[in-house]
Amino acid sequence: MYSDKVMDHFSNPRNVGEIADANAVGTVGNAKCGDIMKIYMKIEDDVVKDVKFKTFGCGAAVATSSMATELVKGKTVEEALQLTNKAVVEALEGLPPAKIHCSVLAEEAIKAAIQDYYDKSGIDKKVECSGNCAHCHNHE
Amino acid sequence: MIYLDNAATTKMKDSVVEAMKPYFTEIFGNASSTYTSAGQAARKALIQSRETVARCIGAQPSELFFTSGGSEADNWAIKGVALRNKNKGNHIITTTVEHHAVLHTCEFLEKQGFRVTYVPVDEYGMVNPDDIAKEITEETVLVSVMFANNEIGTINPIAKIGKLCREKGVYFHTDAVQATGAVPIDVNELNIDLLSMSAHKFHGPKGVGALYIRKGVKIENLIHGGAQESGRRATTENVAGVVGMAQALKEACDNMQEKTQKLVYLRDKLIDSILETIPYTRLNGHREERLPNNTSFCFRYIEGESLLLSLDMMGYVVSSGSACTSGSLDPSHVLLGIGLPHEIAHGSMRVSLSEFTTEEEIDSFIKAVGPIVQRLRDMSPLYEGVGKE
Repeated sequence: MYSDKVMDHFSNPRNVGEIADANAVGTVGNAKCGDIMKIYMKIEDDVVKDVKFKTFGCGAAVATSSMATELVKGKTVEEALQLTNKAVVEALEGLPPAKIHCSVLAEEAIKAAIQDYYDKSGIDKKVECSGNCAHCHNHE
Repeated sequence: MIYLDNAATTKMKDSVVEAMKPYFTEIFGNASSTYTSAGQAARKALIQSRETVARCIGAQPSELFFTSGGSEADNWAIKGVALRNKNKGNHIITTTVEHHAVLHTCEFLEKQGFRVTYVPVDEYGMVNPDDIAKEITEETVLVSVMFANNEIGTINPIAKIGKLCREKGVYFHTDAVQATGAVPIDVNELNIDLLSMSAHKFHGPKGVGALYIRKGVKIENLIHGGAQESGRRATTENVAGVVGMAQALKEACDNMQEKTQKLVYLRDKLIDSILETIPYTRLNGHREERLPNNTSFCFRYIEGESLLLSLDMMGYVVSSGSACTSGSLDPSHVLLGIGLPHEIAHGSMRVSLSEFTTEEEIDSFIKAVGPIVQRLRDMSPLYEGVGKE
């Protein structure tokens, strides 16, 4: 049911953990719906120097978190903001239809972390969120 | 592979396969072609199988009708009684934690104008017979309560419900798909009017089941066509399947007490070890009034599907009632039905044993679960700071 790539990222997730001196932290999802993603970033000179995640959720939730962190690591903030859920799905060689929302959550988690960075750094910018905040996975 | 998902399906016994074999190639005649020797040989097997299965639940062979499985039996019992007894009333009583074969059938009937009452269960998943009794009205034609729950294993007070239904003159159906072959059942002692069973749950073949219909129960047919099953259920008889079912049920009912003792020992060892060694864990279902082969847990701070996947990669097959395994956003209706909040219900794991399960397998499984749960908790943002205050 899951691609080999998803199973790889689920069983050996990249970038799991926390960053003690993170300057960007974003949490999306909620326990009621069964998935929460928390992204930690260390942003320096406009570049995502380090990124880690913690996820409560299914195999796809873990795999999309892992892949999303891989895709933004070392990128500029602007580049990281270009990450789409579609790119995460493609990099994972597909997701079952019922699991697409996990990739949306991963995109939202990255964006929530960057918004947090803007807020903390006094940068007056609003990250555009393609996620549907009315559905189950409201930002907390 | 260590297979611990026997509530989903079981491995067929070699003896069952052997019993079925001749009916695929040598004795392949149509059991309804009674004027040919080929048909007669098949018919003989059909008659014998019906006697065997009926005997295992204390029924008469003429009250036992083979179906394509448990879901068909549930559909037939509920739709058949509802449609045939419309002149008496249009009300059905069931519970909130039934299998979908019952729940979705009831929902279908609601769309056709029937009224259905879904009685809630207690924190162990058990229905209170008094709650059933007080919902019965002049309009009630059927009470349908599962014998034992497929997810959490709780066994309902079937004798009490059967008795009260008999006293009130309301038909009583029980979905005994998980219970048949696992616990002793006597349809007369328990006052059961209709009972569904499925062969693949007790080491028989898939695609065959049965509905017990007490003599005199007014019920409409579900599958129309030929005169098979005494004109009650059309379709050329699945003789090989029925033979396999009879063989499997006979073996399940032989030495049931002995097998139950072994299962209960392993079940309780598993429950006690998991609860003792893994913190923030609960047992779902009743501690004593439960199927000998069923265990069900919720682990806080983690999600069931990722637990199931992790165990599967290590060679342990279990199941979960998490939303992610059901394809919806909601976790199992059974876990919500016993009052668990969503976030706890998401972290469920069902481990179901069979007579083939060994103590070595259970010991090995117990050892494997703890570290996997811990690994997932370490990855979970909900677990941050837990137990560190």
